[in-house]
Amino acid sequence: MSSSYLSKKSTVTIDRVNDTQISLRHISKIFPGRKGWLNKITGQASSDFVAIEDINLDIEHNTFVSIIGPSGCGKSTLLDIIAGLSTATAGEVLINGQVVDKPGPDRGMVFQNYALMPWMTVQGNIKFAVETVFPKMPAKQQQRVIKENIQLVGLTGAENKHPHELSGGMRQRVGIARALAINPQILLMDEPFGALDALTRGFLQDEIERIWEQQRKTAIMITHSIEEALLLSDRIVMMTKGPAARIDEVLEVPFPRPRDRTTVESHPDYLKLKQEMEDHLYRETRAVEAARIG
Amino acid sequence: MTVVRESLIKNSKKEKLLDNENIRALLLFLLSLGIFLLFWEMGAKLKLFSKGMPTASLTIKELWYWVTHPFYKNGPNDMGIGWNLLISLRRVAIGYTLASLIAVPLGILVGISKVAFKAFNPYFQLLKPVSPLAWLPLGLYIFRDSELTGIFIITIASIWPTLTNTAFGVANVDSSYLNVSKTLGASRWRTIFRVIIPAALPNIISGLRISMGISWLVIVAAEMLLGTGLGYFIWNEWNNLYIPNILVAIFIIGIVGIILDQIFAYLEKLVSFGKS
Repeated sequence: MSSSYLSKKSTVTIDRVNDTQISLRHISKIFPGRKGWLNKITGQASSDFVAIEDINLDIEHNTFVSIIGPSGCGKSTLLDIIAGLSTATAGEVLINGQVVDKPGPDRGMVFQNYALMPWMTVQGNIKFAVETVFPKMPAKQQQRVIKENIQLVGLTGAENKHPHELSGGMRQRVGIARALAINPQILLMDEPFGALDALTRGFLQDEIERIWEQQRKTAIMITHSIEEALLLSDRIVMMTKGPAARIDEVLEVPFPRPRDRTTVESHPDYLKLKQEMEDHLYRETRAVEAARIG
Repeated sequence: MTVVRESLIKNSKKEKLLDNENIRALLLFLLSLGIFLLFWEMGAKLKLFSKGMPTASLTIKELWYWVTHPFYKNGPNDMGIGWNLLISLRRVAIGYTLASLIAVPLGILVGISKVAFKAFNPYFQLLKPVSPLAWLPLGLYIFRDSELTGIFIITIASIWPTLTNTAFGVANVDSSYLNVSKTLGASRWRTIFRVIIPAALPNIISGLRISMGISWLVIVAAEMLLGTGLGYFIWNEWNNLYIPNILVAIFIIGIVGIILDQIFAYLEKLVSFGKS
């Protein structure tokens, strides 16, 4: 535990060169239970649910951060709060020193279920995003942005297809292109490959790595996969089980960039980091199970 | 050997033709139709049914006459069935369009707010199961005009399914589409027109389809009391006690109903985008 790339516990303010872009300060989220006499009479009363408690994290510019933790630990809740889709019960999110409490195009979001509009074509989905964020951009330039981003994710030729005509992997490529087309400062990804088969997952991870090397946008990704986190991240945030989930440890991933699967896996620290994460996930998942039984 | 093989192939080909579900269904349909017509013809000829029941052949002959002479006019009680059909279709078109113009925007308005949806839904649910003909006396009293009353009845009958379906569709738009819209910072109007309405379109169209079905059901009943139109044609033939023409009219009403429904089935398919 004394390794240099490990820092323990909740105050994980790693002040690198003080170029913090995203700052999470004492974030808690409590889902209020059903109270009052009406719910008590109907037997639907329930107590408050503390999803996450006192999350503190600073993320520097151009850093790729993964958040990993057992199921139901509030990872998605945390990402929703950063995205502005959900509000924190306590604490605040600062982006470049400004408090954010609502969604905005400075943050591009990739959804687990792709969230493509089925009535729009590939091009239409991206166009909707570009038009919404840059309403004053000349049509020609909009068209160029759309084309570039379709090219970036390797979907040239599928512009006029509707999502239902594409495979899951292709749909998520559209999701990624849509998030990048608005040129956000920060890319938020909520288990982006969770619904894909292993092979497609691998392809898209490589794709994300390639795109990230090109653009180096600050990225926060939620994942269940240790290998995925190790391949893509600069830092890995490991969360404890919920309720009242918090940050347990933050791992620094020292692998040089650009990365690819084989060089990463042969790095001397790879197995050690992987073991560390496996132990953590194993411990937390066992704790979740124990809590269910008890 | 080769002969055996060839005959085997032939057999399998034959089996394949009969294996096809659609072909088997078609054959069964034709067979049942033949038996039905034969039973009808024989029964009528042998006077097994009630007095005055026409034979199948006479009815088909009448059908052929009406289909080949759709447009003639010898006064209001003697018009080609084509004229009557057009009159009915016109009433439906006006009443139905009016209903849709009210129901779709109102449904969207109600559906956008969850509270409004819950608050106003009881009205719609209460009025939906009321037979449209119950409104007939009210319509006659208000308008004192049979034409307007007919249109009023169609409107009131076809408003509810479209309204409830639209409101339901709008209220239940997939939250992930709305999240996309939110993260992009889209305005309320843009979200409504570019996301909510297109997402609710399949529900809206199926509401319109149910409404159209109801309009077509109701117009025939309403016209029996109004004069002119297919419903009146049936009523008139009842007064003439000429059953074959009533059967012809029933057949034509059914065919037109199928066509109207199929138009909406096609529209539904057009907006389903892979979801069935």
